[in-house]
Amino acid sequence: MAITASEIETSLTGILARCHELSLRQHIGEDEADKVIGYFPVYFPEEIVHAAGLRPHALYGGGNRVEVRYADARIGSFVCSICRSTTELGLNGSLNGLGGFFAQPICDAAKHMAGIWGRNFPQQDPQILALPQNVNSAASVRYVYDEYQRLREILAQKIGHAITDDALRASLRVYNENRRLQRALYALKREDPARLSTVEAYLLIRAGTRFRREEHNELLRNALELLAARHIRPMDKPRVVFLGGFCEQPPLEMIETIEDVCFVVDDDLLIGQRWITEDVPEDGDPVWALAESYIQRSAASPVQFDARKRKEDVLMTMMREARAEAAIISAAKFCEPGLDDQLALSRWLDQEKIPYLVLEFEEKMTSFEQMAMQVETFAESLLFV
Amino acid sequence: MANTALPAAKADARTTGQRLVNQWLANIHSAPERGQPVAYIFVMGNAVEILRTFDFELVFPEINSLQTGVRKAAPDFLAKAEDYGFSPDVCSYVKADVGLMLSNMEHPSGTHIPKPDIAIASSLCNVYIKWAEIWERHFGVPAFVLDIPGKRFANWQPLPGTPQYGADKRWVEGQLCDLIERCEHITGKKFDPDRLAEVESNVNEMIRLWVEILKLNQQRPAPYNSMLDGLTYIGVLNAWRGTPEGVEYMRLLHDEVAGKVARGEGRVQEERFRLIFSGTPCYVNMRRMVDLFESHGGVFAASDYLTYAAGGLDSSGLFYDPSRPLESLAEVTTLASQLGLSNHFFSHQTLAQQVKEYAADGIVYHGIKSCRTVATSMADNREYVTSRYGLPTLYIESDLIDPRYWSDAQIKNRVDAFFEVLEQRTLKGGR
Ligand code: SF4
Ligand code: SF4
Repeated sequence: MAITASEIETSLTGILARCHELSLRQHIGEDEADKVIGYFPVYFPEEIVHAAGLRPHALYGGGNRVEVRYADARIGSFVCSICRSTTELGLNGSLNGLGGFFAQPICDAAKHMAGIWGRNFPQQDPQILALPQNVNSAASVRYVYDEYQRLREILAQKIGHAITDDALRASLRVYNENRRLQRALYALKREDPARLSTVEAYLLIRAGTRFRREEHNELLRNALELLAARHIRPMDKPRVVFLGGFCEQPPLEMIETIEDVCFVVDDDLLIGQRWITEDVPEDGDPVWALAESYIQRSAASPVQFDARKRKEDVLMTMMREARAEAAIISAAKFCEPGLDDQLALSRWLDQEKIPYLVLEFEEKMTSFEQMAMQVETFAESLLFV
Repeated sequence: MANTALPAAKADARTTGQRLVNQWLANIHSAPERGQPVAYIFVMGNAVEILRTFDFELVFPEINSLQTGVRKAAPDFLAKAEDYGFSPDVCSYVKADVGLMLSNMEHPSGTHIPKPDIAIASSLCNVYIKWAEIWERHFGVPAFVLDIPGKRFANWQPLPGTPQYGADKRWVEGQLCDLIERCEHITGKKFDPDRLAEVESNVNEMIRLWVEILKLNQQRPAPYNSMLDGLTYIGVLNAWRGTPEGVEYMRLLHDEVAGKVARGEGRVQEERFRLIFSGTPCYVNMRRMVDLFESHGGVFAASDYLTYAAGGLDSSGLFYDPSRPLESLAEVTTLASQLGLSNHFFSHQTLAQQVKEYAADGIVYHGIKSCRTVATSMADNREYVTSRYGLPTLYIESDLIDPRYWSDAQIKNRVDAFFEVLEQRTLKGGR
């Protein structure tokens, strides 16, 4: 018997509520103590952690639900909120169960997270996974490979045995499946944004940072089936892309505010979860395949220099492929790389005479009235173009 | 190779230093008409040695920006960049440089800064990379990003001979080869390893003297203020690194400082407290900052600033082996990054060590609004050093060159209170 529209909506609501609950979960439970490896954005080769039988745990800050009591005394007043709230989650004990902590050299503030962790939580063996800022050298893949082998060795020591190539290949398969499902989700959002909103896609993807990828695959498959069958009402809203969500995450309410009046047909939210853009080859040396994919099959962000991917070109391609008529270029307060790109891109869009809106956010924001007015005015102006 | 060049009759370090800075600026100014290629580079991780072998004139945009502060021109330059659209939260060095671009590259020193033929940004400060992207857009010159992996954690031991060290060195060497290729392409010259060896020998001699100069400040009284005088020293050290002129300057400086030590001459009349300075100075209020401390008889005997702003080459035992110049450059670049230049993130141990070596009474942290590289977790570092080692510490916050962030009364109150603590400790015999 065919499933009814309301049954579909009920199922979807259930899945999304679970995703929301998971994405808000900060505390590492007793049952998972020391079996979880935390990492600070943007990208992390989760497959290696997965192959070790541990669970990777992306640290996307405390959002607007964490009261900062300790971290203000530890961090300069000019530093972004994700560093502050993540430090708070460490200091208030929420992350005591982490069995490891990694930061990447995405920006200068993030590198300090490894120092803060080292001084306060040395038992978590915190360190920097030194992903390169030069991905354009013939030597780049080899370097990433060596750094991944170092990670493999650290994790092997934690679990007391080597991580085999077979285990790694199995993890690549799980993650390749996950990538395909995520791509399907984004393709759907691009093609038919009324069927899948950005907030929904966001929650579905973010949930993957809180449980095993096999389960996440299951969840995404279910969701995609339901979405395909979803009954939708046609709506007319301007199609825009959203940039600025690569590291610190804008509050959900902000995305909702934008979606009230626009279709967000593509974005860079949680881009680290979608960093590898194609399947990682499943034959050959799995670590090499993963390293090579980081260099050759990857997305773009303001915190990765890549001579092949001029930021302006990346935006133009994104807009063209998503058939977007305008862009919302946001940046987190105090995020130097984000703010630099925000200016460069808005200057470029001026020159190209493409409409855009600039927004600054903080993950801890709780009031959106003013932003709603700005976005509404912007959407209206698009209707009259 | 040759390392004496200047006829230095009766020259003293101060006038020689001044002359060299002027000459360097004049060289930059006239580079285009002399047909000399120009490189934009940063003080941390810059591969100067390779650029010298290709006879590039070296422009340090960080020093240009610093100089807008020293010359009291920063507010105008910053305002231009902010009017253009740069956020107040962006590093003020970047904004001062954008201000310079918007002023047709006419620097307040009277130098016309030519456009770059090559621009190199290392990963030791990620803002360098964003800054180089701004140049890409403005000058149309593609950035060369030199990724130099730093320390991965506080006790990281990049021991030569280990596979890990080998991996990092191989990576740096690979990129240096790319850089050489690009330089060959730009200049039309072939890379000359002998010339590189010659430059390295000069650097070796400069570093040998520099390390001794730093050590001389372990004497009581300290002959110089590592923040104020140190700034002049490293300016020349950076601009003339690897040249006979640079060697000569370091020799004069060394002899001068050693002479002061022999005569028992201190930087402050009556040295009462010896301090370690962590962070970068506030250049627009440099004198004031120094006075606030020296009026209490406090001298900055050492500063981590003199490590990272001098290329990290003071880290012990880092000398080039000119018999295998390129490999050795990769080795030293990797080690300097891991022992010195990436230390801001984990500097608690080094600072505590410096306290011992310089018999210091406390540490002064200067958090800089512009500079997350240096300052993001200083307060946490301070908390650790205070609770773990029981050292008196002070934390103040302002900026490098943006006078809007200098709050005089507040800073003075804090400094005074800090000295009260130091006085109390002295009375109790706790130092
Ligand atoms: S939000 Fe920006 S400044 Fe903050 S950690 Fe992320 S990239 Fe760095
Ligand atoms: S962030 Fe700091 S180190 Fe980087 S360019 Fe600015 S002042 Fe220099």
